[in-house]
Amino acid sequence: MRAAIVVFPGSNRDADIERALVRAGAQTVRVWHAEPELPAGVDLAVLPGGFSYGDYLRCGAIAGRAPAMEAVRRHAERGGLVLGVCNGFQILCESGLLPGVLMRNANLRFLCHRQHLRVERTDTAFASAYAKGQAIDVCIAHGEGNYFADPDTLARLEDEGRVAFRYCDADGSLTKDANVNGSINAIAGIYSQNLRVLGMMPHPENLVDGLVGGTDGLGLFESLAKAA
Amino acid sequence: MMKARVTVTLKTGVLDPQGKAIEGALGSLGIEGVASVRQGKVFDIELDAGDEASAKAALERACERLLANTVIENYRVELV
Repeated sequence: MRAAIVVFPGSNRDADIERALVRAGAQTVRVWHAEPELPAGVDLAVLPGGFSYGDYLRCGAIAGRAPAMEAVRRHAERGGLVLGVCNGFQILCESGLLPGVLMRNANLRFLCHRQHLRVERTDTAFASAYAKGQAIDVCIAHGEGNYFADPDTLARLEDEGRVAFRYCDADGSLTKDANVNGSINAIAGIYSQNLRVLGMMPHPENLVDGLVGGTDGLGLFESLAKAA
Repeated sequence: MMKARVTVTLKTGVLDPQGKAIEGALGSLGIEGVASVRQGKVFDIELDAGDEASAKAALERACERLLANTVIENYRVELV
């Protein structure tokens, strides 16, 4: 598995996601946002978390139009794997690689805490190490993670089984309280139609080392390492 | 040089927690009669364009490609 981590001005979780990928056995390379091409032989393009361009205009809006994003788009069109976490998810939505938009959290607060996610399907390159319906314990850290899509788009996402993760409680139940940012249908992450592009607000890369309190996030990176 | 104003507003029905918070703050300031607040954005743009039609066309492209997220936002272009 060769992974290219695209770094934008204001990305700040690139080192963490690189550490998670390396721990799972991937080779990594950093790509500056102004690069018009990804390095040859890359299996996975990664858009890390952070605050690209200071969240100016809208979160991910300016990064979504960067030259490297055109390269990521071509990579995705070739069937390449793409993972966007937090600001990376916002960038994927703004670039049109994934549908919908991330709005301000319903309670207006920046949310930074441990959070359980229900794994909706495991037959993908991102989730094969998990069990269907498993509640994984990861982290969230965002002010704009409130996923929204128009009713037609939402129906299509649900019909096609493209919801990757939903916010849940420790038992895996989808309670109102567990849907911390008010996302429609408690959506925490979605796939592209071919299941090769995943955008998610929570940070699996935060929980890959027992020393920092848990390893539930590692499965995502191990799944990826196994997939390519 | 032409001057334009682009106004970006949230579509009807899209939750606007910032507008709601402002609405609440106006209430606590004792400003009466405020029924609702929706927050938007204004861009004042200067541009070189041959004529009004090409200026409007360029600004439409700017809105569609960057200034507005048409999933949740409407935009209006005015030459001023």
